[in-house]
Amino acid sequence: MANPHKAKAERGLMRWVDDRFPATQLWRDHLSEYYAPRNFNFWYFFGSLALLVLVNQILTGVWLTMSFNPSAEGAFASVEYIMRDVEYGWLIRYMHSTGASAFFVVVYLHMFRGLLYGSYKAPRELVWIFGMAIYLALMAEAFMGYLLPWGQMSYWGAQVIISLFSAIPGIGPGLAEWIRGDYLISGITLNRFFALHVVALPIVILALVVLHIIALHEVGSNNPDGIEIKDRKDEAGKPLDGIPFHPYYTVKDIVGVAVFLFVFCVVIFYFPEGGGYFLETPNFEPANQLKTPDHIAPVWYFTPFYAILRAITFSVFGLDAKFLGVLFMGAAIGLLFVLPWLDRSPVRSMRYKGWISKVMLALFAVSFVTLGVLGVLPPTGTRTAIAQVCAVVYFAYFLLMPVYTRLEKTKPVPERVTG
Amino acid sequence: MADSGVNKGRRRFLVGATSVVGAIGAVGVAIPFVASWQPSARARAAGAPVQADISKLEPGQRMTVEWRGRPVWVVYRTPEMIERTESLGDGILADPQSARPQQPDYAAGPMRSIRPEIGVLVGICTHLGCSPLYKPEPNAEDVGAEDWPGGFFCPCHGSRFDLAGRVFRNVPAPTNLEVPPYHFVSDTVVVVGEDGEGA
Repeated sequence: MANPHKAKAERGLMRWVDDRFPATQLWRDHLSEYYAPRNFNFWYFFGSLALLVLVNQILTGVWLTMSFNPSAEGAFASVEYIMRDVEYGWLIRYMHSTGASAFFVVVYLHMFRGLLYGSYKAPRELVWIFGMAIYLALMAEAFMGYLLPWGQMSYWGAQVIISLFSAIPGIGPGLAEWIRGDYLISGITLNRFFALHVVALPIVILALVVLHIIALHEVGSNNPDGIEIKDRKDEAGKPLDGIPFHPYYTVKDIVGVAVFLFVFCVVIFYFPEGGGYFLETPNFEPANQLKTPDHIAPVWYFTPFYAILRAITFSVFGLDAKFLGVLFMGAAIGLLFVLPWLDRSPVRSMRYKGWISKVMLALFAVSFVTLGVLGVLPPTGTRTAIAQVCAVVYFAYFLLMPVYTRLEKTKPVPERVTG
Repeated sequence: MADSGVNKGRRRFLVGATSVVGAIGAVGVAIPFVASWQPSARARAAGAPVQADISKLEPGQRMTVEWRGRPVWVVYRTPEMIERTESLGDGILADPQSARPQQPDYAAGPMRSIRPEIGVLVGICTHLGCSPLYKPEPNAEDVGAEDWPGGFFCPCHGSRFDLAGRVFRNVPAPTNLEVPPYHFVSDTVVVVGEDGEGA
């Protein structure tokens, strides 16, 4: 293989660089000679879109810090200053606030893809776990970012979430005080959340994204058929069903980017508040510790877990309902981490799993969305009952998985990718 | 370097010892960073307990002290007021036995206080944070209730509380008024914001 890449790299500047830094090597390993299965479909847009949104958040975030004032006295006014007086401040802020919701939209779809095609199964357990760590860091990042505008919902939403920690018996109240740095949420809390939001957590997220991609490129991408393309290679050692990521998937992803940006811009320019779901109405009022809003709801991307928290209305074994709710909410996220070991099916993709897996995944998706809707609404007797049913389905999907994935009859898996 | 002539036991010991010392150092370095998140001296001073001298408080009167930016009421309840308050029950009040955790354990029960005659309450309506008015006299007007037993009336949205801070039924406020941690250092001095010894 006297390949033309090498001949080119040996010339001039590129050769000088390559002798000192593996630029060409990295390009090949991760793009031009990274072989991805040729049967990627719609669900494979969201990884690269998540990367795009991450870049958007970092860029707009850096610009916002230039005009933001992280103090209890100045934060709300500085956000209004950005919106009214800073040149294009409104656009940069709306790109950031809409980007936060967009991030969770693409990440949830990206995660659903993983559930659908078994992308978490061996040997991709670490890809999945790094991904879940990104999701966790993203939730912390979004939560802390939401306090910064210092509006009513910023303040009371943070109040509700931090008080969850105080439900832990024994250490709880001290822990909540340690997180706040004060006896109530104050400018001290705002300042530290700002530091974590703009410095610490972005570094963590970027590092995790690097780990996620290194782990992925080590084992190779899964695909809708859930079979290993590395098992069948040509004489040159290239997977028969693989195509180079660049240019094939870079070009495909550009189409996804174009469609995404179209929708994203429609929201930014015409519905920047997302109907009160991306920026909640009470947040246009400055934080007031003496005035609780009528109804406190977290931003939409947290509401499935918030609904699980509220669905626990009973006490068991002397543990009170609030603490149990916190435990169940933690378990709802924690179970996702151990998913690779719960799935005992011999096949990866939903295409070849049995009907029980298909029904369970469908029920899981429906209950997750239902919980999300219920978490936004004030609780009533009926709604709490529905949330309890959905929470049972949510946990059954995971806890019964070792049983139903082993019992059900799977279809034979093809040797080569289809479609 | 060849592995021959290497004392593996010693090498393992050195690696182990270096790791242990390094780990101890890391824990030591972590201490200031973790402790730095505790409330600062200024936050502690601003949130410190406050003393209220109740020697000049006449029976039936109420005084207000400020604690952590919020008004805290100290009410001197007369025997008649206590009797009227204790006679209220389930029909009128939402949580007559103070079952919900709106008070320290030592202030549980119907009167929600350490001494029945001295009530200590955070003067913030549990609905939307207005400060209710003190209407101690029975059958006071403009509280929108018949058989008013004396208590607190929130002018913002009409929530009503009895003299122990217990919320009435069918008002916007969901829970009883909060009782802050407090204790008596003498018969006439109450400290708000701190549990007593052995509490």
